[in-house]
Amino acid sequence: MTTPILEMRDIEKHFGSVVALAGVSVSIQAGEVHCLLGDNGAGKSTFIKTMSGVHRLTKGEMFVNGEPVHFTSPRQALDAGIATVYQDLAMIPLMSVTRNFFMGREPVKGIWPFRFMDMGFCDRVTREEMKRIGIDVRDPGQAVGTLSGGERQCVAISRAVYFGAKVLILDEPTSALGVRQTSMVLKYIDMVRKRGLGVVFITHNVRHAMAVGDRFTVLNRGRTLGTAVRGEISADELQNLMAGGKELADLSAELGGTV
Amino acid sequence: MTDRSSPTELIPDERIRPASVVTRILRRPELGAVLGLVIVTVFFIGIANPVMFELSGIVNFMAPAAQLGILAIGASLLMVGGEFDLSVGSMVAFAGLIFAACVVTFGLPLPVAIVITFACAAAFGFFNGQLVLYTGLPSFIVTLAFLFVLRGLSLVGLKWATGGATQLRGVREAATDTPLDAFFYNIFSGDAFEGLFAWLAAHDWIAKFPNGQPKVTGVPVEIIWFVALAILAAVVLARTRYGNWIFASGGDPNAARNSGVPTRRVKTSLFVVTACCAALVAILTVLDAGSTDARRGFQKEFEAIIAAVIGGCLLTGGYGSVIGAAIGSVIFGMVLIGLTYTSIDQDWYLVFLGGMLLMAVFFNNIIRKRVTGER
Repeated sequence: MTTPILEMRDIEKHFGSVVALAGVSVSIQAGEVHCLLGDNGAGKSTFIKTMSGVHRLTKGEMFVNGEPVHFTSPRQALDAGIATVYQDLAMIPLMSVTRNFFMGREPVKGIWPFRFMDMGFCDRVTREEMKRIGIDVRDPGQAVGTLSGGERQCVAISRAVYFGAKVLILDEPTSALGVRQTSMVLKYIDMVRKRGLGVVFITHNVRHAMAVGDRFTVLNRGRTLGTAVRGEISADELQNLMAGGKELADLSAELGGTV
Repeated sequence: MTDRSSPTELIPDERIRPASVVTRILRRPELGAVLGLVIVTVFFIGIANPVMFELSGIVNFMAPAAQLGILAIGASLLMVGGEFDLSVGSMVAFAGLIFAACVVTFGLPLPVAIVITFACAAAFGFFNGQLVLYTGLPSFIVTLAFLFVLRGLSLVGLKWATGGATQLRGVREAATDTPLDAFFYNIFSGDAFEGLFAWLAAHDWIAKFPNGQPKVTGVPVEIIWFVALAILAAVVLARTRYGNWIFASGGDPNAARNSGVPTRRVKTSLFVVTACCAALVAILTVLDAGSTDARRGFQKEFEAIIAAVIGGCLLTGGYGSVIGAAIGSVIFGMVLIGLTYTSIDQDWYLVFLGGMLLMAVFFNNIIRKRVTGER
């Protein structure tokens, strides 16, 4: 197996006396969608935040391309190519698609004091990037508030991809979406994978995970219960695993000792 | 979803029509202000003495509009950035006191006094901003406190500087006693383009008195400052990275911060800019009147915010326009002065103020729904 672009080994995270993560191990390869499943309170959000540099690890090791790393800020994780798209998407409804797309990273041209935002370039890039994922933004000047939930999610993802993400962490991107919009987002996740990025797809919807996932890791009560490869596990088994049901013992055998 | 190789094709949505020129215009935040300006202009052309729209009349209503407009430019930038400053009116009085005290009481050269005035205003703006950001309290409340603090300080300071009076005179005499002072005096006071106006009058292009003097000797400098600042602020807001940061900080500070926008720095700088706008108005009006008093800038904070709202600024931040706020100020000036050209009692001005505010907020709400596609 090639070196994973991101590997988390035995991650523990304590908040005072609360153990939020008690030994989580996950590796993400380039060009795969790694689904991270877990019920509410399983530690998904905490784990995302340790990956993206918001939280520091209490224990455990983290490797990017095989090199050990210690992130102390989200900026460092971003510089290492780990981009996170949170549920709130970091999008401002009143601002135009273009202005949102380049928010915080506006390209400028000209000599000070005549340094202006390169709006022509921004509009062009936004329109092209949107077209690539099948959203026809007729007018990149329209406000993000006019886009549908699925389209907003796609804009947020394509923004991360455009700005050089190697690993994309998606925090429940389909949780608030309808059927058609979910399929739009899943389709786009598939495109991102084909471009060679590693995708961490966090969800508690097994069907959405099965639709695009290459590997599946279940989080339960702050622990990983093992990683299964596509085809080796059925939706029902994943569902049971998430719920931490009785079938755990049978599954652990089936997973071939990766627990 | 099992067929992973299917290429993504464009999904045409027949329910969305391409944005036409009309929709683009309807999306402009200034739209309400422009409509208001047209209505007010038509109204006064209909009922006011035609002298109002002669050159002298226009200068008459543009001068107070410019003073308010400079404040409204700062207020609108700050509102787009998601904050309020209710202390600008008191800041005008306080900066006026600082300025007059520097010139008259301490006898400092005019440029030095100007620099000190701006520095003091900026320091208070900075302090306001830090207080809002570190306490997390609404800027409405924090700056409301400063509305009273600064007004009180102006009163106390004036009594101290004059030995008991609430008016400080003799600014003009003290501000023009050296050539250097006179040079700066002409930047902040009097008329501009006097030569041009004399030439225009000589060629009968504009109205003149029987002795050949033009009726309007030039453009009052506050109008020049107002127009220049409006253009500068509008360009900064619409076309620069900093402008994008202002929108982002006002729209959703959390999202902006997560995207790498230094929201604290942006908001602090906006408080400083607003305070400096107040200082500029103080310098312009104190030099114009030759004195300062404790009532200077009284209630101007509300007028500036109303002008900004008429100009399309949302009270929730993240949306608005500098040009709109400037137009809002012109509407104000027109009504305030325009009523004197009619037989209507001038005190209707206040009624108009309130009515205009209500209409503007109502209209902005519709615009916002249109922009965000909310239903």
